[in-house]
Amino acid sequence: MVWKTTIQHLLRRAAPALRPDPALAKEMRARLEAAAAQRLGRALSIRHVAAGSCNGCELELRATQTLIYDLTQYGLSFVASPRHADILLVTGVSTRNMAQALREARAAMPDPALVVAVGDCAVDGGVFKGSPVVLGGTKALVPVDLVIAGCPPNPAEIIAGLVTLVEAHDTKMPPKPKILPGMA
Amino acid sequence: MIRELSAAEWQAKQGRFVALWTDQNFAYALYHPGELVFVALEQGGYPALAHKGAGWFMRLARDLNGHVARGFEAAPPAIDHGAAPDGTSPWPNFARHPEEGAHQVAVGPVHAGIIEPGHFRFDVKGEQVLRLTARLGYEHKGILALMRGKSPSHAARFAARVSGDATVAHSLAFAHAAEQAAGLTPPPRAVHLRAIMAELERLANHTSDVGAMAGDAGFAFLDARFALLREWLCQAAQAGFGHRLMMDRVVPGGVADDLADGGREAILAALSAIEAELPSLRRVFEDYASLQDRVVGTGLVPPDLAEAYAAGGYVGRASGQRGDARLSPGYAPYETFALYVPVEQAGDVAARIKVRLEEMPESIRLVREFLASLPDGALCLAPEPATGMGLGVAESFRGPVWYWLRLDAGQIADIFIADASTLHWPLLEYAATTSILADFPLINKSMNGSYAGVDL
Ligand code: SF4
Repeated sequence: MVWKTTIQHLLRRAAPALRPDPALAKEMRARLEAAAAQRLGRALSIRHVAAGSCNGCELELRATQTLIYDLTQYGLSFVASPRHADILLVTGVSTRNMAQALREARAAMPDPALVVAVGDCAVDGGVFKGSPVVLGGTKALVPVDLVIAGCPPNPAEIIAGLVTLVEAHDTKMPPKPKILPGMA
Repeated sequence: MIRELSAAEWQAKQGRFVALWTDQNFAYALYHPGELVFVALEQGGYPALAHKGAGWFMRLARDLNGHVARGFEAAPPAIDHGAAPDGTSPWPNFARHPEEGAHQVAVGPVHAGIIEPGHFRFDVKGEQVLRLTARLGYEHKGILALMRGKSPSHAARFAARVSGDATVAHSLAFAHAAEQAAGLTPPPRAVHLRAIMAELERLANHTSDVGAMAGDAGFAFLDARFALLREWLCQAAQAGFGHRLMMDRVVPGGVADDLADGGREAILAALSAIEAELPSLRRVFEDYASLQDRVVGTGLVPPDLAEAYAAGGYVGRASGQRGDARLSPGYAPYETFALYVPVEQAGDVAARIKVRLEEMPESIRLVREFLASLPDGALCLAPEPATGMGLGVAESFRGPVWYWLRLDAGQIADIFIADASTLHWPLLEYAATTSILADFPLINKSMNGSYAGVDL
């Protein structure tokens, strides 16, 4: 029953009307391949921390994982713990109540690590700048390597930003061994 | 309707409690379907209300304004975590469950997925959850204070960012309140465009949330397809209204901009694509025993508890509550479109999914009919600097959003915001105890309370 539905489904809807820009995806993949081969060796893992967002940025972050944008095709994926992550991706204004958790999440990551601030809130507090309980974006709490502005930035902009980050940091991120010690 | 009560009347008041807040001189309480009462503050306090849903609001009033609910002093803070200005704060302590063999599990504020921050403390015995205490407030940005002293037009961008997933509904409720305070009626074209955006927002959230629940139950295929439906809607919203979430499009007095050229076609195309896909996705939901096994009987909210908390949205409607703000008299333009509101009785995750699946075709129908009957004319009236009080409501995808404000010569002198989630969080605490710990992510997603919308 179900497999039948599923197969019918896959056959019938092969070409949805709305597609991402294929040229953009191709260009980003090419750029990443050039940079990633020697720098990364294998995929980069991202840990997301919401530090006082309106949840709009989270919606667009989640959209980067959909079939249309498919973040994993660029070797980038979200992981469940900062201890597994190469990139800390922060959304939100850095509220006073999230300060400690954000600092601790960064401290839990193995170095070298990169920090990306996503959304106007994470850049400098955005519209909430000036509130006494808003510390003023990610940089108020941890050093930031890249900001991706927008309220919220759309999924293509987020992916483009992450690819740029990987390209730009060949010195900070040492190549990961293709074969782990003891595996050969 | 607004009325001053004596302290005794205030405490004895019956009704479906919605929200409570304070300003400099008074404590206010709001009851369905928009009855507002207030009592004078005495020595910085007011008598506590016994309504189930009042707890968070009384804690919040104390944290924000220092006003004490007499008889409720022992409750923990809401958004005041005792953090120093640089953010260092003590690890929260929660009383242990007295049962032999019980232990605590602490989760958050940083969660495993891409979601908002909150702390959950579970008392468990084996895998059974005995008690859940949610500690919120991590997203607190001081929004109410930021809105005070600004004109409604200027403050609208904060309303749009109280809870991004319901940005249209929050902007709409804020606009309703500001318009009532200023004695303004938005033009008919704006009313229609607002309703189109509100229904697109409802659809976008329903699709991705239902998919995410299936994903949590191990059905990645459904998650992927439903996420795609959401994406089509976001792209249609971008084409029609210039923003994927339609942020800042609803403003006091009307709408910021007209439907763009080609927007109508993009929206209709997205609706048709979704309509074509929904029946088969729905069938997977209904056919697959292992999916049903995860959702049926999980995360129960009994109807009497939903009633006691005046739960709205799919949380209330999955537990026998009929409420929907769009049904209230004067909620334009729905009155002439015979809105269908599905209601279920089981109160479990399955019922909440069912309600949302049934609301999808209804939103599709409404958007089509609104588009077909879109009136011509002005888009926005400039609000005059007015003095007065306004109360506004809008039905977001997760239930009613209420805004109350007082204008003084065109400036917001005071304001309060009550997202539907405020009344749903305590129900989540209850629902978690009807299941095992491993089911919590699924139950949490089935309620999908807004953290930002409550933390303000
Ligand atoms: S940048 Fe905009 S969308 Fe993102 S969290 Fe801030 S207000 Fe919300």
